[in-house]
Amino acid sequence: MSLDTVDDVLVESRSEARSERQRPTRSTIVDCDVHPTVRTAKDLEPYLARRWWDHFTTYGLRPKHGNATGDPYPKAQPRAARRDSWAPNGDQPGSNLAFMRENYLDPYGVECGILSPLNPTGQGDQNIDFSIAMTHAVNDWQLDVFTRPEPRFKASIVIPYEDGEASAREIELRAGTRDFAQVLILTRTSEPIGKRRYWPIFEAAAHHGLPVALHVFGYSGHPVSGTGWPSYYIEEMTGHSAACQAAVASLVLEGVFERFPQLKVVVIEGGFGWLPSLSWRLDRHWQKLGAEVPGCRRPPSEYIREQLWITTQPIEEPEDPADLIQTMEWIGWDRLLFATDYPHWDFDDPMRALPRGLDPANRRKIEAENARALFKLG
Amino acid sequence: MTEARLPAGTIDCDVHPVVPGIAALVPYLDAYWQEMIDVRGIEGFESRAYPPMAPMSARADWRGPDGRAAESVEPVRRQLFDRWGEGGAILNCLYGVQTIHDVSLAAAMARAVNDWLAAEWLDADPRLRASIVLPLQSPELAVEEIERRAADKRFVQVLALVMGEQPLGQRTYWPVWAAAERHGLPVAIHTGSAYRRAVTALGWPTTWLEDYVDQAQAFQAQVASLVSHGVFNKFPALKVVLSESGITWLPAFLWRFSKNWRGLRIEIPWVERPPIEIVRDHFRLTLQPVDAPDGATFERIVDQLGSDEMLLFSTDYPHWQFDGDQPMPDWLPAGTRRKIAIDNPRATYPRLGEVPSGGDR
Repeated sequence: MSLDTVDDVLVESRSEARSERQRPTRSTIVDCDVHPTVRTAKDLEPYLARRWWDHFTTYGLRPKHGNATGDPYPKAQPRAARRDSWAPNGDQPGSNLAFMRENYLDPYGVECGILSPLNPTGQGDQNIDFSIAMTHAVNDWQLDVFTRPEPRFKASIVIPYEDGEASAREIELRAGTRDFAQVLILTRTSEPIGKRRYWPIFEAAAHHGLPVALHVFGYSGHPVSGTGWPSYYIEEMTGHSAACQAAVASLVLEGVFERFPQLKVVVIEGGFGWLPSLSWRLDRHWQKLGAEVPGCRRPPSEYIREQLWITTQPIEEPEDPADLIQTMEWIGWDRLLFATDYPHWDFDDPMRALPRGLDPANRRKIEAENARALFKLG
Repeated sequence: MTEARLPAGTIDCDVHPVVPGIAALVPYLDAYWQEMIDVRGIEGFESRAYPPMAPMSARADWRGPDGRAAESVEPVRRQLFDRWGEGGAILNCLYGVQTIHDVSLAAAMARAVNDWLAAEWLDADPRLRASIVLPLQSPELAVEEIERRAADKRFVQVLALVMGEQPLGQRTYWPVWAAAERHGLPVAIHTGSAYRRAVTALGWPTTWLEDYVDQAQAFQAQVASLVSHGVFNKFPALKVVLSESGITWLPAFLWRFSKNWRGLRIEIPWVERPPIEIVRDHFRLTLQPVDAPDGATFERIVDQLGSDEMLLFSTDYPHWQFDGDQPMPDWLPAGTRRKIAIDNPRATYPRLGEVPSGGDR
């Protein structure tokens, strides 16, 4: 979609609902979820030791599911991508920097895009040594291919998160490089993320002032719900928000926020509508049963309010947009971060995703100011 | 204490009779299983979802000297009917039938629990109703159990746990839903797990508290499963009652699910309406635990649901969800109180009108 097309659409929607449009001009955004990938796996060869390159080409990635090609729940679009995000030369979505500038960075006024590499990264692989090698390689690759040539991009430190100590070592190694904005974990870890085996990650990140981002997806080996494997992609997709709820509940009740008061956690791509209800539910039951969780010393909602940030995409679309504004109010205007999820199909357009009727000052916080403060940008 | 009384004729849609022990059920087993209980030393199937001594499992002032609660009709009469003037109550027995792996044993235990409920509870007080406990380990045997008990109109719904063998929308369960629909029995999906799998998508939580909080995620999955599989196309009269699920998670979940339906409906083309509309028509929720922090928030959530017909009064007795004498929060407006207490339960459970209850007299 070109800039002209975007503006045409905007003009149309303005004339439809002139009184409700809040933004006569476009301003820049910080996009807290952009997905880079390789053109082909060979892009990673320079960053892998021979032994691991051979392993990769022999066995491939081995996350905890049964499909050597494709996804256990086939997506609804090729590569789950916007159909206009393939480069003219056929490079797959998110792999061609020149085309990403033209297709995404320039038209959407992205002042900073935080990269969340999802695949291939080796995160959550059954072979932890391979996971260590791959995540290290992907971190080098992000610097060479994206952040050094394009200062608008910041990288995420991907880590072999099933090994807390190895993850902490990778964080130590990368923390001094300003191109990395955060540490990235996928929500579906093999145990709830608040358990002590993962604490070295939080300790290292908090020590270096790096937020820890929990991005949906990953293969924990467990079904997306405690009642078993669903049948459809729409169930799996909808279930990712539930996995975010489990992750936040675990962090709070295991006392991770209490233990690491400098820790900042960002939840990505699960939407945000579920967060107020989870906070109420946690508070309500903690009031009665808190004796079981001595590590969680204050009402859970307080930790969430102080140490958790959340991205907007894929933004909820209630029948009445005022309900979304109420939800944002419940969460806190300083805690919401805009994200597009480029180049994926459920991309949120910065021009149109946020609800009508949003106060302009709050809109600016969500679009850029909260992220600038959290990631110390600029 | 008249201020503690509920609207006359209030139906309590989630009350838990507690099986005192396997010995109480033995008389309701056939000779083979009676012998097996004895010979094999089978100790029973009390569920880990509600360990009897855990704080949530029974409010302190409802416990007997041995710490246990709700093991017979007498305390229910005294603590619910006499104290608050409830007109009736629906019994959801949470004995761990669903945890059993041997389907024959599961079916035998389900029969025993249901017959125990009929003989020792329903026969003992005309204000009581019950849910048919289903051995969903075998849909075939679950259908048999519905057919066996359905003639007794005091059974007003069927009972499943929110985490059982598989998501409940799947085809394997359709014969069960067909039987429930045929007999005018809503399906209660109740908090609790057979613990076939970890409670969360991230594995097993550490504490009971975390497990309980995480149950809301499984409710989300069951709503998604039932709607996505087109269960309500196939069974248009079927009603589902989410029991002890909490309430506040539902609107935001439906925004997400309905949005995903708009983007992904090519995968489930038989779902022809936004999920939020289907859920309004077919799903109900019991009141306790009231998980909104205050009245204004609660009202906003009900407003977001877009229906005041979805909530059914419950105490969740003997579970410890509230203290004092306000099973229905005092900030609920009078009109809502009546709807939740009487009108909505009567509309949800057709069988409530078919047998006179003590509350009607």
